[in-house]
Parts: sequence; structure tokens; C-alpha cells
Amino acid sequence: MDKDKLNRIAEKKALWQEQAGSASERGEPFKTVSNRPVGALYTPVDTAGLDYEEDLGFPGSYPYTRGVQTNMYRGRIWTMRQFSGFGDAFDSNSRYRYLLEQGQTGLSVAFDMPTIMGYDSDSERSIGEVGRCGVAIDSLEDMEALFSGIPLDRVTTSMTINGPAAILWCMYLANAEKQGVSLDRVGGTIQNDILKEYIAQKSWIFPPEPSMRLITDIFSFAADHVPRWNTISISGYHIREAGSTAAQELAFTLADGFAYVEAGIKAGLDVDRFAPRLSFFFNAHIDFFEEVCKYRAARRIWARRMKECYGARDERSLKLRFHTQTAGCSLTAREPENNIIRTALEALSAVMGGTQSLHTNSMDEVLALPTEKAVKIALRTQQVIAYESGVANTIDPLAGSYFVEALTDRLEAEAEEYFRKIEDLGGVLAAIDQGFFQQEIADAAYDYQQSVDRGELTVVGVNRYNTEEKTQIELLKIDPQVEEKQVKRLRELKEKRDSEAVRRSLENLKKCAAGSDNLIPVILEAVKVYATEGEIVSSLKEVFGEYREKPLF
Amino acid sequence: MSSKKIRILVAKPGLDGHDRGARVVARALRDAGFEVIYTGLHQTPEQVAETALQEDVDVVGLSILSGAHMTLVPRIKKMLLENGMSDVLLVVGGIIPEDDAEELIEGGSADRVFTPGDPLDKITGYISSRFE
Amino acid sequence: MQQLVSELLNGNRRAAARLISLVENDDPQKRELLREIYPHTGNAYVIGVTGAPGSGKSSLVDWLLKELRRDALTVGVIAVDPTSPFSGGAILGDRIRMQDHAMDQDIFIRSMGTRGSLGGLSRATREAIQVLDAFGKDIILIETVGVGQSEVDIVRTADSTLVVLTPAGGDSVQTIKAGIMEIADIFVVNKSDLPGAERTATEINMMLDMKSDAPWRPPVVPTVSVANEGIEELWKSVQDHRRYMEESGRLIDVRRERVSRELTEQVEYLVKSHIWAQVKEEIKLDDLVGKIVNREQDPYSAAGELLETIDFYGKDT
Repeated sequence: MDKDKLNRIAEKKALWQEQAGSASERGEPFKTVSNRPVGALYTPVDTAGLDYEEDLGFPGSYPYTRGVQTNMYRGRIWTMRQFSGFGDAFDSNSRYRYLLEQGQTGLSVAFDMPTIMGYDSDSERSIGEVGRCGVAIDSLEDMEALFSGIPLDRVTTSMTINGPAAILWCMYLANAEKQGVSLDRVGGTIQNDILKEYIAQKSWIFPPEPSMRLITDIFSFAADHVPRWNTISISGYHIREAGSTAAQELAFTLADGFAYVEAGIKAGLDVDRFAPRLSFFFNAHIDFFEEVCKYRAARRIWARRMKECYGARDERSLKLRFHTQTAGCSLTAREPENNIIRTALEALSAVMGGTQSLHTNSMDEVLALPTEKAVKIALRTQQVIAYESGVANTIDPLAGSYFVEALTDRLEAEAEEYFRKIEDLGGVLAAIDQGFFQQEIADAAYDYQQSVDRGELTVVGVNRYNTEEKTQIELLKIDPQVEEKQVKRLRELKEKRDSEAVRRSLENLKKCAAGSDNLIPVILEAVKVYATEGEIVSSLKEVFGEYREKPLF
Repeated sequence: MSSKKIRILVAKPGLDGHDRGARVVARALRDAGFEVIYTGLHQTPEQVAETALQEDVDVVGLSILSGAHMTLVPRIKKMLLENGMSDVLLVVGGIIPEDDAEELIEGGSADRVFTPGDPLDKITGYISSRFE
Repeated sequence: MQQLVSELLNGNRRAAARLISLVENDDPQKRELLREIYPHTGNAYVIGVTGAPGSGKSSLVDWLLKELRRDALTVGVIAVDPTSPFSGGAILGDRIRMQDHAMDQDIFIRSMGTRGSLGGLSRATREAIQVLDAFGKDIILIETVGVGQSEVDIVRTADSTLVVLTPAGGDSVQTIKAGIMEIADIFVVNKSDLPGAERTATEINMMLDMKSDAPWRPPVVPTVSVANEGIEELWKSVQDHRRYMEESGRLIDVRRERVSRELTEQVEYLVKSHIWAQVKEEIKLDDLVGKIVNREQDPYSAAGELLETIDFYGKDT
């Protein structure tokens, strides 16, 4: 657009603003859920700097702002991947089969806290937590039961596991082999993103350095043997859940991503050998447009930096593929049915933002693990969006909106500002050590809560239209016997396995950990002789030590 | 000339690392004039009870989002009683279904339960009201 | 009260915790209790640890605790964090780093806010040290944020003072506040794996060279507290300093100074409370202030007149 025309629009906007300004507004701050102001009207002036070919391009082409596949959902609808797991492996196995019968297209395993933290079910530390917020997995035996009757060459599985990711992955691979599926046909994702654990989610085990080594060992082993596996899911989800803003989620997640790329390169890997298998995981919060723009900005930033800073040439290295989960932190315990509507809006933003897979939260997850009925509604929400609403027919339909493009640019600029700050602090690990991310997130979380408490941000049924009604929905009860049963099974396993082989494999593991060889083959060897997760983790702790958090508020 | 301040232990027992709530509440309590002792994550019930004893706190606030509350809360309460700290107020926050909350309160394990969505001043206000 | 004290002397942790609360809250019974425990104090060795926020003091203390326990020493820890001047509240988070020791019956950890004491080590902290001393702890570790007055306070309270620095990210040690250099018995350069650590150590040594005639030259100990590196050396340095303090007679001197200061403070405290108790009975202070504000009287002669009414030799306190 020529300058004169833009000037004219700017003048007319000023005129309009005068008139609009005299009409009274609703007397509340107009801002996003990230506490960022938004304007009343956007015009071509706000997108004057936009160059269609350079900044947007076409779906499947650099810089991928409009999507990573050429035909997006016209080719294939996103993967509907409901995250689930509870009780023991048998309980979760039947839930998985139910979900597959209902038309879900991929599995996503939620582990219980002891598994996430590297403790066996019979540990002192695990009391009261076995099978509570995910499934309890102690050994290969449990992994076998978890996927019993589910052919691992036909489903892909995502596993939310980080500190002990290598161990659970090895159990999955060993199980696939037992099913007769060769490793080059196994597909799935492990979260394996330890940086965001230090930053936000706080389920860490080892200190950063050995943790990064485990990750690059996985990169390298997968590149050689498990080419269809997504070796990491670099996660903003938990950063957002911990209270960050959208821009922080975007910036910190991508910064983590670049840190992994740098670690891989430093470990001697060619960037195009491992970068195609990196994937991302974002949150879909309640602020519709801010979220859509966040995903669009993420793709553009990733592509540009991968090309310009890290010299990636393989197209797949430049494409930011991501999974999305609707925001658990946006759900309310009060009037939980409202959560269905929140989730639907959030899911819509993920779809408008071009997600590759999606988890929709169930309405009751703010109270307990979801019931079968609640999960079904959540899945149906995705199916209605995909097949009834028509939004999947056109690719990136919000592109070209003055508001959407301006907000995409702004989020990108905010992220770039954070990258500079992180660099000044000496990189991601140094920034973690100085508590930078943790402090930024803690401040944003507190600001958010105060905005809600002051009524500047509305949460329906909580700080507006609050009826103090009692919640009356059915909740999933975890069988209290799960813990007992699981501990008993574990004891029996320890009786019947070849304990000499276990001892030897753990010795090997420690030796390898103290050196610098790839750890995956020795972990694989240990899980195959039924060494437990807890045993493997404690052996590694002996060599690596444990991480401790920073006292920051 | 006594300068008594209400001391509150904010603890995260169990293995879950979701400390957003605990940290936000700790800040709100500080800003309301309380002295908050924060234990950090992944505490055993024994550690929580012993810390409460050494710090001689007036209130113990537990944040639990892993579903282990029915095990952890009664255990901690029992240990506090064994330590002779029967007058300590025990407050729980987290993902706690209403039935469980009632059971915890009626069973004498907890004095009050807060869930996501409860405003900060409801929490600080409750604690203040108990020490007027 | 008597019972609490005898329980304390019998090693009851609940009693120790309660008594610290009493001194911290400036309880009316406080003086009596301090009087009772005084004969049982004087055995603990007090180590102060100070440094800027984020210098890794707490994890250093955590690792030091492991060293001390290896030598079978019992320990009391007092971790001081600033109280918010706006709300009067505080978040005391130093324990996070030390929670591994929470179940060790021979370690007692207490967090304290600075409360009214202007960022310094409060009187309550010194009194809490007395309680832990009487409680029978061999070593008492005091951890404070190195801001302002607290450095001076800590050196007056501790037998050995550790100043924790970090490679100042390119900043020269010279820019570190002058006061901090004088109080250190031992310098710790923590996070010594970071670039610039050697330079920081060199600069400290150069500054120490300038006053090389001092009888004790503070060693500069590099540590990486997150990786437990240099902690053994650090503990050795503390023991060296303690030996020096004991053998040179310096320990007796500083403790005499401390007692003398304490005595002075106590006298001043008694005089003040004695006077104010009477003043408040005799005169309505507010009225007097009103007069001064209205320029009917001046504060100088008013103070003189006030004191004329005081019975300085009254025995009651």
C-alpha cells in the first residue's frame, strides 16, 4: 500500500477514535489474559511492514507462518490425542482401548508421580501417590501390560516423561521388540524436555549437565535406530500452566528449543540429523486471538532462526510441528460444566493456529482425573470442531486480519526481546541458574491472580456471576487397592527375575554414566532384564547427583 | 511490647511439582503481613511435621495437586499431634474433590480446604480471622 | 517458663522452638528466660555466613552441614531473610536448600525474618543463638543476606565470618562495597566454575596484600556449592581460623568485647525502660508533643524538664 493511502487511513483512524472515544466504553481494562493491552481497532497501518512472501508465505513453505503442511487439515485432520493414564497398567490399558474404539487416533500416556520422579511403587516416597495422577510403571513387565493388545506398529504413542525419559522410552522400545515390531517402525514422542522442568514444571531428577547428556544420547540413538520417533517435545505447556504470559511461553519454549539444538551440535551431531525429530508442545489458553498468533509467531521464529543461526538446510528441520493441550489452569472447580465451553474455545484457537495434534481437557480435571464420560465429551469437542464447524476447510483462515498479523508481529518482537535478555545472562542454563525464568513466571502468575482478584480479568462463575453453587458432577475414584496390588506385583517380579543379570546391568550402567559413551544401549540392556525404573534412577543418581530448586518468589 | 507475628509453613508434600499455587499464596500471605516459611518441593510428611516443629509455626498450609491428599494430610496431622502441636491450624489447597474435603475436615485432619479459583483474600482473610 | 527451660536443657526440640519464638516475639518473660539459660551458654562456636542474594549461601550451608555432621558435631542453623518493609511480612525460603537435614535430630534449623531491625541481624537473632547454645549445639551457623548493617552485626555476633562472593560477571571486586572486605575471616568464591572466578580470587588477594601486617590473613577458598566442590577445604579453613582464634587469645578478646557491648546495651535498655515507664505515668506525651508543634514549648527544654521528674535510683525494672 502506498504511503499516502496509509497516511490517509491513519488520519481517518484518528478521527474515528475521537468519535469512538466520546462514546463510553464498558469501564474495564481491555487486555489479554496475559495482561497485555489490546486496541479497539486495527487497520492496514498496523500491518504496513508486513511482506506477504517473506513474512507469511504459503502453507508448507518457508517461513511456515501459515502452517507446516501444504494442505493442512484438508489432507489430514490433526491427531486427536487424549492424554490419559491412571491406576495400574491394566486399568490404563482398558482406557486406551476404549479411546481407540471411540475414534481417537493416537495414544498419550500420563504417568503417576512416582514414575515421573523415578521412584518405584514400593518406595517410601511413593506412599499415597501410586496410580493417582497417571499410570504406575515400574518395569518392562508393566509396559507390556500397558500396551497389551495394542499393536505398536499401528498406533503412535506420546509419553509425558522427562527426568527418566530414557528409561521409559527403552521400556517402550523393548516392548515393541517383544511384540515383533522392529525399531524402525516404531513411532511416537517422548516429552524429554528437562529444561522446562527446571523452569516451570519442577519434576526434575538429575542436575542440568547429565540431564542434557541423556537427551543428546537419545537424539543420537534415535537417529541411528528409531528414525520415526520424536525425541523431544519442547514444552511451553507447563511454562504457561505455571503462570507465564503467552509471550513468555513462546519465548522460553523456543529458547529451550535452541538450547537443545546447540547441545546436539556441541555433542557432534549434524543439525539436520536430529532437528527434524524435534517437536513442540504448547498451551491453548482462553484468550483466543493471542493464542492463534502465538502459534503463528512460533513457526516463523523457529524457521528463521534454524536457517539463519544454525544453518539447517533440511526443510524438516525448519518446520515447527506441535501438539497442543487446552489450558488446565483456565478451568474452574466451580460450575465445572463451564469448562466444556472454555475447552472448546481453546481447542478452536489451536486449530486456527495449525496444531498437529490436540488434547482437550475434560471438565472435571480441575477436581480429579477425568471420568470416561467427561473424556468422551472432550473428544467429541474436537470432533465437532473438525467435522461440523467447517473451520478445517480453509488453511490459516485468520491470516491477513490486521489484528491477527499485528498481534503475531508483537508476540514475535516480545520473544526476540526475551532472547536477547537470555543471551545477556549467558544462555538458557545460566538463566536457569540465576532464577531468571522462574522469577519472571512467578511475577506473571502473581500479577494474573491479582488481576482476577481485582476483577480486571473475568472468570465466569468465579469472580463474576458467582452463585456459590455446590459442584455436583461424578468424579473418578482411584481404587485404593491399586497401590497395594502394584507393590505386590513389583515384589513378585523382584523374586522371579534374574537378579544377577540385574546387578550386572546396573554396574554397567554406572560405569557408562561415569564415562561418556551413549547411555541408551546400557539402559536398554537393564530394562530387558527387568531392572526397575527406581533401580536405574538410583544407580544414575549415584553418579550424577540430584538437582535442587532455587528459593525464589 | 510483644512483636508477635503469625508464622505459616507453606509446604509441598508428595511428589508433584506444581508449585504455582503454593508460591502465589506464599506471596499473598507475605503481602498480608504474615511470616511465611517455605519448604520447597517434594517433602515427606515427616519433613513437614519436623519443620513445623522447629519453626514453631501457627499455621501449616499444604499444597497438594497429585491426588495423594487423603493419604498425606491425615499423616501430617497425626505427626503434628505427636509433636504436641494440636493448636496448629492446618489448611490444605489443591485439586481436592468436595467429598474428600469434607472427609478431611470432619475427620479432624484439616481445618479448611481451598481449591483452584478461590481468591487470595479469601485465604489470607480466613487465616487472619483465626488469629483475631 | 521454668519447665520450658529445663526441657530445653534436656534436649527437647519443641522447647527450643518455643523459646526462640518467645525471644523473637519480645515476650514479657524473655529477660527472665535469658537469665536462666545464661549459665548454660558459652560453649557453642558461632559461624556467620553472609553474601549477596543469589551467591549460593544456602547450598553452601547445606554442604557445610554434611561436613560438620561427618565430624559428629551438633549444629544449630539460623537463616535470616529480610522482612518486607511494606507489609511487615516475609517469605523465608532458605530452608529449601537444607531440607535433607530436616530429619537429622542433631541439626536444628530456624528461619527468622529481620522484622523491625532495619535489615540487620536483629537482637532476636542474638538471643536465639543463646537459646541454641544452651540447647547444647556445638556449632551455630548464621546465614544472612549481606546488605547494609547486617555485615557489621554478624561480625559482632560470629566467632568466624565467611563472606561469600561470586565471579562478578566481569565486575571488579573493587566495586563490591568496601565494608564487606573488612569483616571477612574467610572469603568464599562460590560458583567458581563460572568465568572470571580466578580473577575474582586474584583481586581479593591483591586487596589483602595491601594490609599484609594483619595477624590473620583471610584465605580465599573457591567452591562450587551445587557440585560439592571445595567444601572440605572450606571447612578446613574454618577450623584453621578457629584454632587461630583460640590459640592467639583472640577468641577471648572478641567474646569479652561482645559481653561488654551486651552489658552496655542491657544497661541502656534498663535505663530507657525505667525512664519511659515513669514518664508515661507522669506525663501525657501527646500533650507535650502538641505544645512543641504549636511552638508553645521547644523540644530541648521539654526533654530537660521531663527528666527532672524521674527517680533515677528506683529499683524496679
